[in-house]
Amino acid sequence: MTMVDNGVNVQALLDARQALKGAPEAAQFTWRASAKWQNGVHSTTTVSNFFGLGQEHAHKSDAVFDADHPEVFAAEDNGITPIEYLLVGLASCLTAGVASVAQNRGIQLRSVESTVEGQHDIRGILGVDSDVRNGFNDIKVTFKIDADASEQDIEALVAQSQKRSAVFDALTNPTNVTVEVA
Amino acid sequence: MGAGHAGLAASHFLTERSIDHVVLERGEVANSWRYERWESLRLLTPNWQSRLPGHRYEGPDPDGYMTVGEVIEFIGRFATVSRAPIRTGTNVTSVTAVDDGYQVTTGRGEIRCRAVVIASGACNQPAVPQIRHAVPESVEQLTPFDYHSPAKLPDGGVLVVGASATGVQLAAELRRSGRPVVLSVGEHVRLPRTYRGRDVLWWMDASGVWDQRYDQVDDLTRARRLPSPQLVGTPERSTLDLNALAATGVELVGRWAAVRDGHALFSGGLRNVFSLADLKLKRLLDTFDEWARTHGHDAEVDPPERLAPTRMPESTRLQVDLRSGEIRTIVWATGFRPDYGWLDVPVVDAKGQLRHDGGVVDSPGLYALGLPVLRRRKSTFIHGIEDDAREVIAHLTRYLRVRH
Ligand SMILES: Cc1cc2nc3c(=O)[nH]c(=O)nc-3n(C[C@H](O)[C@H](O)[C@H](O)COP(=O)(O)OP(=O)(O)OC[C@H]3O[C@@H](n4cnc5c(N)ncnc54)[C@H](O)[C@@H]3O)c2cc1C
Repeated sequence: MTMVDNGVNVQALLDARQALKGAPEAAQFTWRASAKWQNGVHSTTTVSNFFGLGQEHAHKSDAVFDADHPEVFAAEDNGITPIEYLLVGLASCLTAGVASVAQNRGIQLRSVESTVEGQHDIRGILGVDSDVRNGFNDIKVTFKIDADASEQDIEALVAQSQKRSAVFDALTNPTNVTVEVA
Repeated sequence: MGAGHAGLAASHFLTERSIDHVVLERGEVANSWRYERWESLRLLTPNWQSRLPGHRYEGPDPDGYMTVGEVIEFIGRFATVSRAPIRTGTNVTSVTAVDDGYQVTTGRGEIRCRAVVIASGACNQPAVPQIRHAVPESVEQLTPFDYHSPAKLPDGGVLVVGASATGVQLAAELRRSGRPVVLSVGEHVRLPRTYRGRDVLWWMDASGVWDQRYDQVDDLTRARRLPSPQLVGTPERSTLDLNALAATGVELVGRWAAVRDGHALFSGGLRNVFSLADLKLKRLLDTFDEWARTHGHDAEVDPPERLAPTRMPESTRLQVDLRSGEIRTIVWATGFRPDYGWLDVPVVDAKGQLRHDGGVVDSPGLYALGLPVLRRRKSTFIHGIEDDAREVIAHLTRYLRVRH
């Protein structure tokens, strides 16, 4: 196989897969975020630490994300809307997946670009019509990939990346969510 | 252990090597075909492919597909001509390791032996996911073991879960009976019944796909978990893929992920499982074409064809209210698993699978046959047993010789 370098250390991931086969406890991760109301519908959410491989870890630095609503919603637009974060999560997860799968399959990537569109009927959140759901009705991701591979292999990359994507799964499959007041 | 075709094939090679043995069977010869299959089932493998050591289909329709009755007869005849020493009605309740072999407890007494071949089947129990417990009681739930024919089901809608061979066959049959049918589709393997004028299993056979060995498969764990292909054996030799089902009015929904407030919630990832299956199919057909070209078979078969992609329904439901009466019955076609409840030797892993290397189990003198990709891709199929059984029994013979 020709040497490809997409900058993904697939060997480390494969080693981890092997190591975790006999140690399901170590595979249990908890990702966390904490949010703080600012003013209006503006909030900041900080992500700093997580639990995994049996212990606590801190990110190299805290990441702070602003969320607000746009001016058409009579807000100040201090950040993207919360539901747009889902699109960011989805696009970045699928892109990471494409790179990892390409590395593993010996495919050299030159560029990977994608656009994500989420169709959202806001009558749900406004309570205009109770038959309309609150979340996205439909999400479409379009990839443009330049790589040393056939069209079919590129399609397979994208399909496999969805198959292994955490965010794709979280969006397409229901998850138990508990929200409580501490 | 077991007088299915796998146990009988083992017996055939043991007899050939003059090794003293007995075949224990809890029920009758070909028991699983007698009691664990539905009425309309036909093999998805063509008659010419139904072959056991020294025994083959010799009827008038080599391209047809056997009914269950014909399979029972076929295996029964093999048992007779190979003079297998079978003890029917002998249920094995435990196998334990002792000094020089195994202690086998049956409903009819104890047996001491040097070696045991486990041929008790890979499909002893339907594998049904936990969500079955969350289904409202008003809905009847069936597994392929309880399913006999549409006539035995209550009137009204049916949710078939799983789109492998069993799921697509039952969905088609239930739809033909006039019922509304919803089919929940997860990962699946799409195949056309015929390709370039030949049965697709002819291509698998001729091009060597079936013969691929377990130690040459990239990801053996995955290969062993591969769902059965969407195939049905009918006189018309028709293709039963999701497009064919949708054309008859079967409603396709995504993988069933959860029940919440009495609603079945389905995955929205249907499009991706379609494209994964379509891509794999295309790759397989490319392999066939390539093989035909390089082996000079292009002239004797029809020109290459490509199948239309699986059509995505205009809209798919992400949930169905199980309390509304729309769905009266759920048929779980979610696969099968072996039963090793009787095996008191620590060779079964946390997922209930036997630890073995090509049928040589992780305990001296213990062997297995008939498990997925045991030694080859064809291992669980009727025609797949001959090569596996010959090799496994050869290993067993060497083992006995060394121990003597
Ligand atoms: C729905 C379905 C359709 C299939 N269609 C095809 C097809 O079209 N073509 C094809 O080639 N293959 C097909 N197969 C696969 C395969 O050929 C069959 O599963 C076949 O029955 C497997 O044979 P076997 O001998 O390994 O197991 P079985 O036929 O299951 O034989 C095992 C025997 O062991 C006995 N047994 C189990 N436990 C005990 C015990 N504790 N004590 C004593 N006896 C015991 C059982 O009673 C049984 O008779 C199909 C399988 C299924 C489930």
